[in-house]
Amino acid sequence: MFEPTELNAHNWRIEQGMRVLFLGMTLLLVLPVVIILAVLVYKGGPALSWAFLTENPTGGMTTGGIFPALMGTIALVLVALIASIPVGVAAAIYLSEYAPDNWLTRLINLAIINLAGVPSIVHALFGLGAFVLFFGFGTSILAASLTLAIMTLPVVIVSTRESLQAVPQPFREACWNMGATRWQTIARVVLPNAISGILTGIILEVSRTAGETAPIMFTGAAFFLPFLPESVFDQTMALSLHLFVVATQVPNVPESLPYGVALVLIGMVLIMNSASIALRMVLRNRKKW
Amino acid sequence: MSDSAPAPVKEIEARKLSVHYGRHTALSGANFDVYRNEIFGIIGPANSGKTSFLRVLNRMDTFTPGMRFEGTVMYRGKDLRDWRNLYALRRSVGVVFPLPVGLPLSVYDNVALAPRLRGVRAKAELDVTVERCLRRAALWDEVKDRLGALGSLLSGGQQQRLTIARALSQEPDLLLLDEFSIAVDPVTTMRIEDVLKQLKSEMTIVLVTNLTQQARRLADRTAFFLQGQCVEVGPTNELFNDPQHDKTRAYIEGRFG
Ligand SMILES: Nc1ncnc2c1ncn2[C@@H]1O[C@H](COP(=O)(O)OP(=O)(O)O)[C@@H](O)[C@H]1O
Ligand SMILES: [Mg+2]
Repeated sequence: MFEPTELNAHNWRIEQGMRVLFLGMTLLLVLPVVIILAVLVYKGGPALSWAFLTENPTGGMTTGGIFPALMGTIALVLVALIASIPVGVAAAIYLSEYAPDNWLTRLINLAIINLAGVPSIVHALFGLGAFVLFFGFGTSILAASLTLAIMTLPVVIVSTRESLQAVPQPFREACWNMGATRWQTIARVVLPNAISGILTGIILEVSRTAGETAPIMFTGAAFFLPFLPESVFDQTMALSLHLFVVATQVPNVPESLPYGVALVLIGMVLIMNSASIALRMVLRNRKKW
Repeated sequence: MSDSAPAPVKEIEARKLSVHYGRHTALSGANFDVYRNEIFGIIGPANSGKTSFLRVLNRMDTFTPGMRFEGTVMYRGKDLRDWRNLYALRRSVGVVFPLPVGLPLSVYDNVALAPRLRGVRAKAELDVTVERCLRRAALWDEVKDRLGALGSLLSGGQQQRLTIARALSQEPDLLLLDEFSIAVDPVTTMRIEDVLKQLKSEMTIVLVTNLTQQARRLADRTAFFLQGQCVEVGPTNELFNDPQHDKTRAYIEGRFG
């Protein structure tokens, strides 16, 4: 019969202890998420209805729905996506595929990482100065979306570059050895194998900006505007600002309203995140090498 | 060679060629010629600089960090450094390295890539090229029913032959083979060797091999590399039967390496 030694038993106890410790930390991390969602659903749930999503706010924003704010946030995110995809992808392609490995490239990479740490209120002021005033877009969807785009560009570039770097180097060298130019190699081998990661990464990053308030407050989001914008040069309501307004600025708001708005906002971000994850799973399912 | 035979055309002339990786010297002071339409064998133990020589011919130093070369290499009468259009140079040189790389494209697209890069669009023409190259690389029978399968998921030996087919699809003037049979079974290797003998009427072939007998079977002339030196170059018969250097003799008799 095998008898565990004292050392075996000791190791076993440590193993169990460590497992419980790590599991505990993980649960601790999940707990706030669960509580937040639970509170939102419990308190905001009653406010939710089809009318809530499709009607204008009424009664000094104490009754009615959130339709213009919901549409506004979708428009802001879409225009931000359209602006950040070409610029971010092009910059990442340059950094990953063309840039020589020298001090300038390293400096640019460092700058990009630091740019990601710039507080959103600073981006807001930049957007106000650059897009609203200097370029003369006024407070508009365009100015607000460009501000959001600038804000997310660093993370978009980093995530795109990671997707590009995930394509093994020998594939590139095999193409170059055949006389393919850098661009031919990128177009025929690198991009087709990186595109799913690039797109899902961008959707993930940009969808996070749906909840940003500061950058759009100065540049394009309106306090109250009960109709839809006609072009990107109009102002718009947005969910994040609307949440701030009904939670702090408007008297006599029923308690369920701000929670309902928050629930819709979080739901939107979650839907975009899961869409991006689903897209990634579908596209990555096929093993290519 | 009889007296009346025309002087061979020099396809490659290496003079005082040295190859470095950072501070490490992989090849130093190599001088030899490769003639047009011959099979030029290079034998020698591992790390003697054989692959490094091939890398120079395709100017891989331009994208290999730390790699550089000194001396001159003339290719088709023109200094390699004077080829302004490196893409044109590389299109004229087909390479097969020991670690095969099937691109993550279909088998068909792997072989059709080079023709497409030089502008061939017609499906019929591509079909003909793909089949011819796959046949020459002794891969056609195994993949003809699944040309749409991913080249990067073929077995190692199949990927190696796919790489050969891809190099041939460039219709190169110069074919560089680096231990091409490392993952290929002996029977298939023999089939490819037969093809190489025919191909030399169309192109010049430099064959790096760790199988001395392969050089003996195929090469018109052979060079022996050792520890970054080109020790000896000569017609294959002479090199194998009457080597000028003791180290060459020791190597081909299998006493080291
Ligand atoms: N990319 C590289 N970076 C640094 N050293 C290298 C590289 N490639 C080869 N070497 C070195 O150069 C020497 C010669 O290598 P190689 O030309 O591959 O020899 P062979 O093909 O005869 O085995 C070896 O010592 C090897 O370690
Ligand atoms: Mg080698």
